[in-house]
Amino acid sequence: MRQAPILRMRRAVVHTLLGGYTLIAILPVILIIMNSFKDRASIFGHPMLPPSSASFSLIGYQTVLKQGDFIAYFENSMTVTVGSIFLILLFGAMAAFALTEYRFRGNIFLGLFLALGVMVPIRLGTVGILEIMAKSGLVNTLTALILVYTAQGLPLAVFVLSEFMRTVSDDLKNAGRIDGLSEYVVFLRLVLPLVRPAMATVAIFSMIPIWNDLWFPLILAPAEHTKTITLGTQVFIGQFVTNWNAVLSALTLSIMPVLILYALFSRQLIRGITAGAVK
Amino acid sequence: MAISQQETVAPGFGPGMMPQDSRSVTDLAPIRRPWRWHIAVFLAPALLVYSALMIVPLFETLRLSLFTSKDQVVSFVGFDNFTTLFGDPRWSQGFWNALWNNTFFFMIHMLVQNPIGVGLAALLSVPRLRGRAFYRTAFFMPTMLSFVIVGFAWKLILSPLWGVAPSILAAIGLKFLFGPWLGQETTALTALSLVSVWQYIGVPMMLIYAALLSIPDEVIEAAECDGVVGAAQFWKIKLPLVLPSIGLVSILTFVGNFNAFDLIYVSQGALAGPNFSTDILGTFLYRTFFGYQLQLGDPHMGATIATVMFLIILAVVSFYLLVIQRRMRRYQF
Repeated sequence: MRQAPILRMRRAVVHTLLGGYTLIAILPVILIIMNSFKDRASIFGHPMLPPSSASFSLIGYQTVLKQGDFIAYFENSMTVTVGSIFLILLFGAMAAFALTEYRFRGNIFLGLFLALGVMVPIRLGTVGILEIMAKSGLVNTLTALILVYTAQGLPLAVFVLSEFMRTVSDDLKNAGRIDGLSEYVVFLRLVLPLVRPAMATVAIFSMIPIWNDLWFPLILAPAEHTKTITLGTQVFIGQFVTNWNAVLSALTLSIMPVLILYALFSRQLIRGITAGAVK
Repeated sequence: MAISQQETVAPGFGPGMMPQDSRSVTDLAPIRRPWRWHIAVFLAPALLVYSALMIVPLFETLRLSLFTSKDQVVSFVGFDNFTTLFGDPRWSQGFWNALWNNTFFFMIHMLVQNPIGVGLAALLSVPRLRGRAFYRTAFFMPTMLSFVIVGFAWKLILSPLWGVAPSILAAIGLKFLFGPWLGQETTALTALSLVSVWQYIGVPMMLIYAALLSIPDEVIEAAECDGVVGAAQFWKIKLPLVLPSIGLVSILTFVGNFNAFDLIYVSQGALAGPNFSTDILGTFLYRTFFGYQLQLGDPHMGATIATVMFLIILAVVSFYLLVIQRRMRRYQF
């Protein structure tokens, strides 16, 4: 397509600005990953150069894998995240179904009651949460984290899923009821499959703060066998401040899973954000 | 309180309570039905977990702030903890410092994050732009990383030991600007606020981008017919239309900033150095509750600080919802 020179100029300016910010956004991460594969002399000598065959070194990774139990931390994080997401989706979808499908006394009140949690951060109840966990003997267990994150994620999940459940056709549900399906089967077999895209959005949204959280692992489950990868990285790096190879490798190890997941799901995530906002 | 709420709801579906909802067949049936237990079953798990771990602890925290314990004896002291926090120099100095720093932290976000976010969104929404998906993905990437990663990564990059930041600045001729930003009392908080902005810029950008996309073409075409194009079109047509989204972003930023903790803790430690210059309410709460160095933790003063944080957030959110959001002009297409 032929464009007037002034338009082409404007386009170039737009790309320059966007490209410039792209550098700002990704350069720090690239620097960390790149330097984690270099030996100590080149980390300091030529920080901006990618590793070459002369400067390539895995010494940092060897230290990290020998010292910290990163595999176990990773498993803990997986358990906590997958467990919480499962409960958030199950309980959230059930509550959203009840609130949108039936009219009963207290419906609106319960909706508002749950919405409170969207605005008030759960961290403010930490003092009380720790007390409850200490009483029930759940301190230093992954169960404690799963329960807290479920409570944290539920309000938003109910809110988003309700919006989508309203769009499921009543005719479909009623046809199921006429065929003799119970309310539970209507929910499980007819409604849940139809709101699957919304569930994926909720899952991705809830996942980020859970995987990345430092506060609750630090307070509720700081023991060695329950450390999540975020807390593990924090403690590990705190011990190895002066060993730059180890620090850079530990950082890269905790960046990688997130980057891979992001590369796989970024389209879905971004569509979820934009769809939610347009609504 | 909330748990019993759930139980009192269940009998509410009992006979005689004819629902007015005409949408579903069960509701239309003119027979007296048994109690609709399935509603209770659907609601119970969510309400139980949510009430037990969110609402009850929150009220427990509010309650604890009215008590104090001395030698294992807990006694009711009314609002004494609050007077101590605001008035006793040993506490008030730390508290007002943290509150002021937190406000500053929030101001930097508003002044830097929102304008850049709006700018990037506006650039991204230029029609027929190539590479849009790539830019979006790149801008949002830092938001996915944890504060632990972001905090340490920037600590390394800004470290005078490594020398990455000075060499980048030298490349664009600004080397004289470099200083040990995270180590100086005057610059540490600004530097950390900007790191936080760097991480979270994706959220305002994405929300405002979505709002810009949802402006109908007719509105833009009408503006073009009236000769409103380019920058004037942005300022006079598009910006007013996305104001509600900017409001939403601001309130999200506020809530996020006033319970921030991780970034400061990771990069400056629980003492929020140098000399408490980066101490915000989250780190202040953590130190008070758990203690640090030789000072013992104090759950009651911790609860008091958490209560104050709760009230600040509640006040600002209600003000936004009741006053600002209602006055904001919305356009329906």
